[in-house]
Amino acid sequence: MEEIYKQYLKKCGTFLVICLVFLLGVIVSEIGFISSLIEYQEDILYLSGQHIVLVLVSGSIAIGLAIPIGVILSRPALRKAAEPIMQFLNIGSTIPTLALLALAMSFLGIGAIPAVVGLCIASLLPITRNTYTGLTEVPDHLKEAALGIGMTPLQMLIKVELPNALFVILAGIRIALAINVGTVPLAFLIGAGGLGELIFTGIDLDEPYMMLAGAIPTGLLAVILDAFIAFLSFTLISKGVNPQLEKN
Amino acid sequence: MVRLEDLVKVFETPNGAATAVNKVSLEVPEGEICILLGPSGCGKTTTLKMINRVISPTSGKIFINGEDTSLLDPVELRRNIGYVIQQIGLFPNMTIEENISIVPKLLGWDPKEYKNRAKELLDMVALDPSTFLHRFPRELSGGQQQRIGVIRALAADPPVMLMDEPFGAIDPINREVIQDEFLKMQKTLKKTILFVSHDIDEAIKMADKIAIFKDGKLVQFDAPDQLLAQPKNDFVNSFLGDDRALKRLRLVNAKQVMIEEPVAVKHTDSLKTALERIEAHGYLHAIVMVNDQHQPVGYVSKEKAKTTNGLCGEHYHGLKTVVNANDNLNKVASEMYTHDTTWIPCVDDNGRMLGQVTQSGITRYLSSSYNRDSSSIILPSSATGQNFDTSMFRDESK
Repeated sequence: MEEIYKQYLKKCGTFLVICLVFLLGVIVSEIGFISSLIEYQEDILYLSGQHIVLVLVSGSIAIGLAIPIGVILSRPALRKAAEPIMQFLNIGSTIPTLALLALAMSFLGIGAIPAVVGLCIASLLPITRNTYTGLTEVPDHLKEAALGIGMTPLQMLIKVELPNALFVILAGIRIALAINVGTVPLAFLIGAGGLGELIFTGIDLDEPYMMLAGAIPTGLLAVILDAFIAFLSFTLISKGVNPQLEKN
Repeated sequence: MVRLEDLVKVFETPNGAATAVNKVSLEVPEGEICILLGPSGCGKTTTLKMINRVISPTSGKIFINGEDTSLLDPVELRRNIGYVIQQIGLFPNMTIEENISIVPKLLGWDPKEYKNRAKELLDMVALDPSTFLHRFPRELSGGQQQRIGVIRALAADPPVMLMDEPFGAIDPINREVIQDEFLKMQKTLKKTILFVSHDIDEAIKMADKIAIFKDGKLVQFDAPDQLLAQPKNDFVNSFLGDDRALKRLRLVNAKQVMIEEPVAVKHTDSLKTALERIEAHGYLHAIVMVNDQHQPVGYVSKEKAKTTNGLCGEHYHGLKTVVNANDNLNKVASEMYTHDTTWIPCVDDNGRMLGQVTQSGITRYLSSSYNRDSSSIILPSSATGQNFDTSMFRDESK
């Protein structure tokens, strides 16, 4: 009885959501929202391109740097040095991203390069931290088994440590990219372009549609990127260690 | 063959140097199981891990089949030694098949070969390959995981296996089963095995040799029966427990204490013949009656034979129990207590009578070994040797 009731409720809920979305669409198009946004179509496309390039370039550089740093710090020979370094990085991650961009600008001037550098530093920290934690939390007995079986340190890293730490590492990348996408609009302030241009100009000119033309794509981009990482972690992480697949 | 020579391991700790293993020398012949036994912190695990150089020795030498292992590349060395740890250490990110094939893969086997090997090994431990090959470790029970742990170590068919409390984390019932399976496998595989345990019963059951450690030193290195019969000092004695004589029961087969005297009567013999045979062999109470296949079916009492005329087949009593010659004395003694009897006929695999085991025979076997070491005699010697009688029933009347 309960089951049927629940299913019925679910169906009703879905129907209600569809109705609401439809209604919202009707209202939005009636008040001329969509047509006003379409006015900015060209800007949106061009600036989104810039925005995406900033995210991808700074994100890939950050991942490319942070994972090796995390791996190196987690090696037994560096364990003693690793803790203070991680503490230092943790403090670093409390610096607001806007301040980071300002710092980058004061050293490197304006343009895309200081923006990429600033974004890189902001996203470096969570990835490094998660890589390090993920690797150090691989149970000792797995490493002992790998060693005793006759794996070289590199084989152990690739076949045992990284696959078992992957969930935590990807969680770090997800956090980093969320920070990154959220910070890119600020990059406009140091002359790197991106959707921030529409947002900040919209605010300055008191043009809500212009502002929304920047804000909505920024939001969408963040959601899409997050979904992509989620998909990636589902396909990359072995079914044997993915905590989301754990049966209770 | 594995030989350790003056093996020493000193750990540098903040509180100064600590000697974990102190001049240990021992030799395990090919195909035998040697169990390293002792309380925790006695150096047994450190000793084991020095053999595949997971821990490097401070000094001393280790030879495997005559080869000095310090001259070998540690990675190569480890790939040729099977290694099983207490936490099992299956890689959770790999399927069962990948876990089993890992060493053959490292050794560069052909994929076809190691896949077949994985199936063969799963069959060996009675896990169905079609169900288990593509599962992940977390989908298996603890006992199943440990079986995989053992066959992973066997995958590349190494001559030597090191096992660090391999069955320690398994519940007692499953542990017995896996131990039995493992012993059965070892009978055909004949690996040279070094095995760390803190469980004396496990050691007695599995070992060909037991090495007892205390504070990093090898205290005694002997076969289990020898160890239980003649513990070298008080430490070994207390470690073995105050029921060590009873523990030996497991190690001895009925065959070893059986009186090979299958004198018996048949259905068709007369009671007179029975009485003659009882008196000729000096039996006090009775004689076993067998059927045509020489399988014991009952006994004829002396009283009856004396006072009655007729055939044995008409006047016998049924047998309560028999034991197989390969049963251990633990089972035999248990049967004796269960059926309130002091003797049990002993049969071969076809149920044919071979002889009999008597309570005094068991007592004598256990105590005669103690006699060799006068300090540990439990029974007074007068009670063991002189009064003992080789034939059944004779001294059971009192």
